[in-house]
Amino acid sequence: MSTSGVPSVDEIVKSGIPVFGGEPVRRKPNRRKKAVPYGLASSGVLWLLVFFVLPSFYMLYVSLSSGLLGTQQFTWQWSNYTSQITEFQSQLIRSLYYATVVTALTLVVAYPLAYWIAFYGGRRKNTYLLLLLLPFFVSFIIRTVEWSFILADNGFVLGTLKNWGLLPKSFKVLSTATAVIAGMAYNFLPFTALPVYVALERIDPKLLEAGKDLYANPATVFRKVIWPLSLPGVFAAFLLTFVPAVGDYVNSALLGGLHTTMIGQIIQSRYLNLDYPRGAALSFLLMAVLLIGGIAYAKALGTEDVLETAAR
Amino acid sequence: MSAAAVPAGVAQPAGPVEPIRRARRRSLRSFILPTYSWLVLIYLMFPIFVMIAFSFNNVPGRVNAKWYGFTLLYWRHPFLLPDLTASLGLSVKIAILATVITAPMGALLGLALGRYRFRGEGAVNFLLFLNIAAPEIVLGTGLLTMFASMKFSLGFWSILLAHIMFCIAFVAVTVRARVVGLNMSLEEAASDLGADALTTFRLVTLPLIMPAVVAGALLSFALSVDDFIITDFVRGPSITFPLYVSGATKTGIPPQVNVIGTILFLVGVFFAIVSAILPTLKGRREAKAIRKDRDAVPDAIGIPMR
Repeated sequence: MSTSGVPSVDEIVKSGIPVFGGEPVRRKPNRRKKAVPYGLASSGVLWLLVFFVLPSFYMLYVSLSSGLLGTQQFTWQWSNYTSQITEFQSQLIRSLYYATVVTALTLVVAYPLAYWIAFYGGRRKNTYLLLLLLPFFVSFIIRTVEWSFILADNGFVLGTLKNWGLLPKSFKVLSTATAVIAGMAYNFLPFTALPVYVALERIDPKLLEAGKDLYANPATVFRKVIWPLSLPGVFAAFLLTFVPAVGDYVNSALLGGLHTTMIGQIIQSRYLNLDYPRGAALSFLLMAVLLIGGIAYAKALGTEDVLETAAR
Repeated sequence: MSAAAVPAGVAQPAGPVEPIRRARRRSLRSFILPTYSWLVLIYLMFPIFVMIAFSFNNVPGRVNAKWYGFTLLYWRHPFLLPDLTASLGLSVKIAILATVITAPMGALLGLALGRYRFRGEGAVNFLLFLNIAAPEIVLGTGLLTMFASMKFSLGFWSILLAHIMFCIAFVAVTVRARVVGLNMSLEEAASDLGADALTTFRLVTLPLIMPAVVAGALLSFALSVDDFIITDFVRGPSITFPLYVSGATKTGIPPQVNVIGTILFLVGVFFAIVSAILPTLKGRREAKAIRKDRDAVPDAIGIPMR
């Protein structure tokens, strides 16, 4: 079949162009191919190692030192941990308590919303998701400031209600635990709704039909099919809400008062007063809790749901 | 059970159901759930409405605390306060640099995770997972502790390094999600046609992952402009826009903050809509082009196979 102008089979094989029906030709050395993903990942991973992992070790090191910044010395100062835990026990407990309430509240509020978008969103699903994410286009500090403005003692909401005599003059929301919890719940709501939505959206509608065909009423379909399948999303939501909520200090600073101080504010004031060792001890404690929780979560459910949520 | 009561296309449960119960169920689906969802969405947007409304407030002094009357004054002079303008400039500058540096790093990382299986892949995934789930205060204090121990002076550079750090993971997971969903046999086809690795990357891989890279870059920009907690720790003497706003709460928020917040909001929404619509439009155009080619050369694909 070799005519002039057409390369011979040998030439084709040598040139590396695979021939139809022939054996696949291996051209690249295997070892170089294996190095490709490492080369691609290197810059990003390196950056995270230097500016995310390494700082954690610095924090551990400094948390076992004593003295203020500048005169700091490494002394295996374990008392930084014990003294801070006893001294700020109430703030620690309060932070955990607020975060628990916020997580439960946002889940209860966000689940039906995520359910509605996932199952009844139809063609407008992406529009609803955009609406859900709309708050992110305004700095969260501005949103929180706006809430402090909306809820101000004599602002346009409470002031008006007070003028109408619907509320007593002394009524206040700001600088109470309610304001802090409401503020956090507001700020974390999309973080809760998104992973739940991701999990619900993945459910095959055929499963729901199958449930119906097997004479399950809608409540049973929900209980036996939808809820169990949405659990990974619920856990991802828990992680993405609870963990940041424990460490949050902006809401309690802007919306709270003297009796709503959270552990984040303590850490911040430690650092502002140049007491790095004790601030680092508290912060590292927070990270250790996250690490344990995170590892347990990843072992049980994998990292997929959280990463997928972040990709949206 | 009359047939007329059953809307077309709606799967009906087998077995008899009393009409009242079915009606109640339908009202849950068609009224209660949507109403509830819209209320939650409105609640989410409420502070934004307030921010926009009070950017038109005719405030006598600096403190935007209650409604005085409508004015366009602050929209005409949004950059009247030098401190505010400087902080906004710094925020935008850092966000642009952070985005430009993060996008390629995060994209390559996402490509590696989505396209290849390699040892340590699980560890890298876990690293990204921790980075995304970590409370900001831990990231901020960690960086501050390290910078202080190294005697690295705080300011523009420390903020930029920090912002790149917390953006990488988001770009990487966005690109990874896209790569996993793609049919990468196109890459093999390119190399079968004699393209070397770099050419394949430039002509095939990059255009395919580009939408995700752009989405990740936009996300990075938004995260960077908005960041407060981490920046608060590593800022040194520098003041970004969110830091300015939080500092101004003590003396009262000037209405220009509302104006600039509204502008940033509108720009963000614009880009979000454009990036959501563009792939659809492009896809439609490409589909049309393919259809046209196919009509022009009907057996182009079939002939050589025979």
